[in-house]
Amino acid sequence: MAEIAIRDALNQAIDEEMARDQTVMIMGEEVAEYEGAYKVTRGLWKKYESPRVLDTPITENGFTGVGIGAALVGLRPIVEWMTFNFSIQALDQVISNAAKMRHMSGGQLKVPIVFRGPNGPAEYLSSQHSQAIQSFYAHIPGLKVVAPSTAYDSKGLLKTAIRDDNPVVFMEAEMMYSWTGEVPEEEYTVPFGKAAIRREGDDVTLISFSRPMRLLEEAADELASQGINAEVIDLRSLRPLDEDTIYASVRKTNRVVVLDDAWPVASFGSYVAWLISRNCFDELDAQVELVHAEDVPMPYNHKLELAVQVSTEKVVKAAKRVLYME
Amino acid sequence: MASKSKNDAKSGSDSAVSMNLKSYKKDFLYSALEKMLLIRRFEEKSAQMYGLRKIGGFCHLYNGQEAVAIAAAMAADMSRDYMLTAYRDHGHALACGMDPNVVMAELYGKITGCSRGKGGSMHMFDVEKHMLGGNGIVGAQIPIATGVAFAEMYKKKVMGQKDTGVALCFFGDGAVHQGAFHESLNLAGVWKLPAVYMVENNRFGMGSAVHRVSAVEDFEIKAVGYNIDGMQLDGMSFIDCYEGIGKAIERARKDSVPTLIDIKTYRYKGHSMSDPAKYRTKDELDKFKAQDPIELLKSAMKDAGMITDEDYQNLDKQIKQTVQEAVDFAENSDEPAIETIYEDVYV
Repeated sequence: MAEIAIRDALNQAIDEEMARDQTVMIMGEEVAEYEGAYKVTRGLWKKYESPRVLDTPITENGFTGVGIGAALVGLRPIVEWMTFNFSIQALDQVISNAAKMRHMSGGQLKVPIVFRGPNGPAEYLSSQHSQAIQSFYAHIPGLKVVAPSTAYDSKGLLKTAIRDDNPVVFMEAEMMYSWTGEVPEEEYTVPFGKAAIRREGDDVTLISFSRPMRLLEEAADELASQGINAEVIDLRSLRPLDEDTIYASVRKTNRVVVLDDAWPVASFGSYVAWLISRNCFDELDAQVELVHAEDVPMPYNHKLELAVQVSTEKVVKAAKRVLYME
Repeated sequence: MASKSKNDAKSGSDSAVSMNLKSYKKDFLYSALEKMLLIRRFEEKSAQMYGLRKIGGFCHLYNGQEAVAIAAAMAADMSRDYMLTAYRDHGHALACGMDPNVVMAELYGKITGCSRGKGGSMHMFDVEKHMLGGNGIVGAQIPIATGVAFAEMYKKKVMGQKDTGVALCFFGDGAVHQGAFHESLNLAGVWKLPAVYMVENNRFGMGSAVHRVSAVEDFEIKAVGYNIDGMQLDGMSFIDCYEGIGKAIERARKDSVPTLIDIKTYRYKGHSMSDPAKYRTKDELDKFKAQDPIELLKSAMKDAGMITDEDYQNLDKQIKQTVQEAVDFAENSDEPAIETIYEDVYV
């Protein structure tokens, strides 16, 4: 199996879906001639030309709405947001229109569209450009929300997203684009609503999604070196959420740490923690721990920005707390 | 049509515009009159049923603006073109040919409504009739309509489809100040999209007169900044709207040139049912009512010997019957079952 970067896995997914379906197109800032701010669309404009690979002005609300409108009448647009920070400009179109058109029309309309781009903290960018806003989208019924952590899932989930008849918010991470992983030559997709158990263990369950999965892996290594066997779960999709896999694991380990790199108030991680508390109450041997970003905007100073963010160390500490080792 | 003269937004014109019916066929004009009158009577009944608390929530009536939606629908080919509007949408729904029963049932929140009781007054949809809503956020339909136009351009260019459509996008004078308007019209200009943007300039954004919130009162001049066509129409004249919107649709269809049209109209009722409209005088309202679009067309047709008072009264009677049947249909329809709350969220 070839080992490729996540940006190339995403590129393959878009390329393959555009090749198999003429209604699939991609639009966004610098996606065509410039080949994408993060080079996810490299080579696609030369291959498919405008308007299938379409540069837009810097007008997130406008072109996001254009994608939604086009989806209503038969296209399958992929809207690239240069980052999710800019998607805040487009929130009205996503929440008021994409998520609600089917509902408000009593099931007459469908909105097959993918909104994708990098989410989550980056480096040295201060607070407007470095934040994890998955909770904004996960909050909204009518949207599907996915956040892969590997090259394999990036490709397979994006293909599923493009073929889905619902609006899908597809969250990548700037710091992940160069991560590599094995991707098979042959055609495959990864279904929504199915979490992946990355590592099996009996002592404690560690749950996260997207880029912070690396921290879980590192934390699990650290815990293993201390004789603790952690089970590591990658949610992969937030909506729909694979609750069964979570509960099965918690019922086995009786202890759980949820890691979400967003702020703690009303975050997706806090929702998962609540679900576990409610549905596995009798099986829990300790309170559910939530590892989250500090409840402050991101500072520029590197020492400070690292202190604000989630870390392997914070996960290890939380795991030890639910194991009553601290 | 397309007069570039500045209208007096506050007083309206004092004399009723004389309408040149030229070579229009009687059946065509009769049909226009019938459709406009249906909206008028439907809206009057909606107000009545709202008063009886049969209809709830925000309810924005179209009385006075009927000529615009009907002219647009008749100038368009609704088998291929699409209509998108704001929350003052009952008129557009009926103009697209939606069944009055289904529209009234939606106002009642019944399962037989077009949106199965999930949309209400602001969200009339009919995919088959190409009515794509009914949007409750001021200006939020403008990017959507632009996307519909984009898809039609794409289908023609990339997929080689013939008979692609034009997006007819309606919004009020208040929406012109939203960023969505600017972003969309720029995109339409850059990409040369088959879209017709119609400002139904009824002189008020909720309770704020245009001159209080806008640096200009004639919006067609904004077209220059997007390198698209601009046009101003008399929204009280069916003929003016029909001819002007028709030309814009033709340009969009043949040459993929978008147009921004400022249509001077007037709403007789408040912004919504809860608005007593104290921000204007009765005198002003009466001046506009003196150039009522239905009365204007009717009297021109009468002058041309196309309709008699008796014909009109019969037509009106028949339409009132249709509207009453819609109310009966809504009254007799079932409420949606509780289980339906989980339906229509995902495909």
